[in-house]
Amino acid sequence: MLDYETLKIIWWLLVGVLLLGFAVMDGHDMGVGTLLPFVGKDDIERRVIINTVGPHWDGNQVWFITGGGAIFAAWPLVYATAFSGFYWAMLAVLWALFFRPVGFDYRSKIAHPTWRSTWDWGLFVGGFVPPVIFGVAFGNLLQGVPFHFDDNLVSYYTGSFWALLNPFALLAGLVSSAMITFHGANYLMHRTEGVIFERTRRWAIASGMAMLVLFLLAGLLVGGLPGYVITSTVDAAALPDPLAKTVVMETGAWLNNFRVQPALWLLPSLGVLGGLAGVGLAILRRPLAGFVASSLAMAGIIGTAGVALFPFVMPSSSDLKSSLTVWDSVSSHLTLGLMFWATVIFMPLIIFYTSWAYKVMAGKVTTQYIEAHDKSAY
Amino acid sequence: MNETVVELSRLQFAATAMYHFLFVPLTLGLSFLLVIMESTYVITGKTIYRDMTKFWGKLFGINFALGVTTGITLEFQFGTNWAYYSHYVGDIFGAPLAIEGLMAFFLESTLIGLFFFGWDRLSKGKHLLVTTLTAVASSLSALWILIANGWMQDPVGAEFVYTTMRMELTSFLDVMFNPTAQAKFVHTVSAGYVTGSMFVLGISAWYLLQGRDVEFARRSFRIAAAFGFASALSVIVLGDESGYAVTESQKSKLAAIEAMWETEPAPAGFKLVAWPDDEKQENAWQAEIPYALGLIATRSTSEVIPGIKAIRAQNRERIESGILAVKALERLRKDKDDTDAKLVFEAHKQDLGYGLLLKKYSPDVAQATPAMIEQAARDTVPQVAPLFWTFRVMVALGFAFALLFGLSFWYSIKNSFVEKRWLLKWAVWFIPMPWIAAEMGWFVAEYGRQPWSIFGVLPTHLSTSTLSIGSLYGSLAGFLVFYTLLLVAELYLMFKFARLGPSSLGTGKYHFERTTV
Repeated sequence: MLDYETLKIIWWLLVGVLLLGFAVMDGHDMGVGTLLPFVGKDDIERRVIINTVGPHWDGNQVWFITGGGAIFAAWPLVYATAFSGFYWAMLAVLWALFFRPVGFDYRSKIAHPTWRSTWDWGLFVGGFVPPVIFGVAFGNLLQGVPFHFDDNLVSYYTGSFWALLNPFALLAGLVSSAMITFHGANYLMHRTEGVIFERTRRWAIASGMAMLVLFLLAGLLVGGLPGYVITSTVDAAALPDPLAKTVVMETGAWLNNFRVQPALWLLPSLGVLGGLAGVGLAILRRPLAGFVASSLAMAGIIGTAGVALFPFVMPSSSDLKSSLTVWDSVSSHLTLGLMFWATVIFMPLIIFYTSWAYKVMAGKVTTQYIEAHDKSAY
Repeated sequence: MNETVVELSRLQFAATAMYHFLFVPLTLGLSFLLVIMESTYVITGKTIYRDMTKFWGKLFGINFALGVTTGITLEFQFGTNWAYYSHYVGDIFGAPLAIEGLMAFFLESTLIGLFFFGWDRLSKGKHLLVTTLTAVASSLSALWILIANGWMQDPVGAEFVYTTMRMELTSFLDVMFNPTAQAKFVHTVSAGYVTGSMFVLGISAWYLLQGRDVEFARRSFRIAAAFGFASALSVIVLGDESGYAVTESQKSKLAAIEAMWETEPAPAGFKLVAWPDDEKQENAWQAEIPYALGLIATRSTSEVIPGIKAIRAQNRERIESGILAVKALERLRKDKDDTDAKLVFEAHKQDLGYGLLLKKYSPDVAQATPAMIEQAARDTVPQVAPLFWTFRVMVALGFAFALLFGLSFWYSIKNSFVEKRWLLKWAVWFIPMPWIAAEMGWFVAEYGRQPWSIFGVLPTHLSTSTLSIGSLYGSLAGFLVFYTLLLVAELYLMFKFARLGPSSLGTGKYHFERTTV
């Protein structure tokens, strides 16, 4: 069995992988949902757009559900503290997601225009709101969140919902939204043709540029934010006890990892270069390569945020020692090992049958297809 | 924890879980009926079976959408509303939830898209494989969820660790093969199969009563009758198996279900009806079948089932021992090397949860008065009347399903069910009943576990998040609004397409298409 310290690091990486899987897979559905009411001008165009993700959105959404389950299993204190602390933000995500299954499945079952356009906007909400909130959440993690534990490890969140909506967090929300829209646009171009392709292409170029500018701006601001540093000796193999450490706040500390390990600058570079390449490929009308580029850009951007925080996962601004880190918010050695092997076994299978499903449904979705499948298509 | 926060959190969890379970059993059952219909299509090549698969699949999709929607709520809710629970048992409880996603839900959700949209793009055999894997994956999902739920009822394979202040996994195999979980799994999926069969049977009967799409309805009715009969028998037999499991781990639940206040000489009688009085701890009146309960629950004539009063008396002792465990734990949390506290804690560790029950009445359990201890001991057996009655409604419905499906199956063999209008009418009126039985079943399982969220380990009133009352009223109101709107949309579509029948496929072969064209 792998030792405890190694597993703690592996799980930090695996949560990153699951988050990235969510961004790449569910992210392109959400991007398509965000673009739906703007790119699709009439019912049939909107049906084309919806059916590009129709057979896949459900499987893709499981990245999100499994990610949640994996955080529950591997980082129970993070799951407990983040979900209860960000109560209203989490409910907003949840309620926005409500619109997706019913929006996809119910929309085209009734021909009434009001019914259909209502669900179109529902799909927009389900695609637009969650990425914004996840971005806002990351923006708040980078500033620290006001919570503390008592002796029995009951967590108390002492901030308000509105405090989450501070300028830096909103900027992070916009980065996230631009990134997901860009990624969704690349996918949508790949699966459509004609006027929908052309309109989407303009959105891809615009959202890709917005992502680049906003990401660079956020990167410049992070240097001026108060970061967090553990000052006590870390015993990475110890049983997790979040109250056993001491932590200080230091302006610019989020750049420490990059200073110590300059190779990590590759991550933000990947974010920028992936973004530039994606925009270029959209201009050149090469959406599949663009999709790969935007996936890499997301890996760079999410990786940058994760590495800046490391080893912190959820720093506490009101009680520094309560901060949650990869060392002290984890499950037992046995559970981490078990879940590691479960992931190693099932993740390749998931990738295999997901790829197969995309292969079966490959090709452009056209207005002719929708007309021919009026009763069965979304 | 604040009492109102606990009550509202319970209400929200109960409401959202029961709402979710309006959709789950139909998914479980209908998916296997689709497999049977499509297999028949692949074997016989008759297109009517493909149309059946597509039509019942359409209704399946309308239901599935809400199952997915409402399932996410439940996963979120452990974190949002039951944060201390999530910390305290996440090490064990999180794993089956995550594995459910990795092993089952991914497969089901990825392939469901191919089920709906892959008809023209897959060979017959491959499409059938997709349908089959979807059905298997949906039952596998249920397996992992019920392993998690079974562990709440009977927390095996784990122990409390004071340094991390939580339960930690000691054997995952014990958690997986927990007899309570396995019994729950087979009982629950069988109930799902009954629900799916009732749905197809009832709607097909309605077409037959109307005399439309007769061929389509007859074939659907037959498949539902056969599958439903097997499922209804299994739900009863395996339900009895969960009854047996209950005596092993949760004597208090059984005693409450049976309104058995005193320990009776073995084998105890089964009370058919009774009027339980929680205040006086007795039944105002009762009518019982001698020996039946003892035989069912213990599978013996000599084993004694303890009554409520005896259980409460025994738990009172455990609470007193638990006070020592809680006090020793408090000292250990301040100084992890306090050897004296460690000794006391190890001696009373198995009663820690019972000591924690007192926190409802006295935050410092050392200050608890004898009256508080008495009250906490009383709490260890939940209120009797709700359990007694919901259990009986569930069981009565179970037998009614067996009878209805038995007759339907019999008359399908004799090929005379189309003329038996009373049977068809019965089938139509019985469509909602499996849902009632299933909700009663969940009520018995979850209310019957009170006052615990993890039986014997973690009291419900310590499990919540530290939220404000306002937040809870707000989220409850939100769920009420969203869930009402979603249910209205779902039922509207379900009724619309059920009424339309196979004509909704647009093949040009069915009732409304023939009359209008």
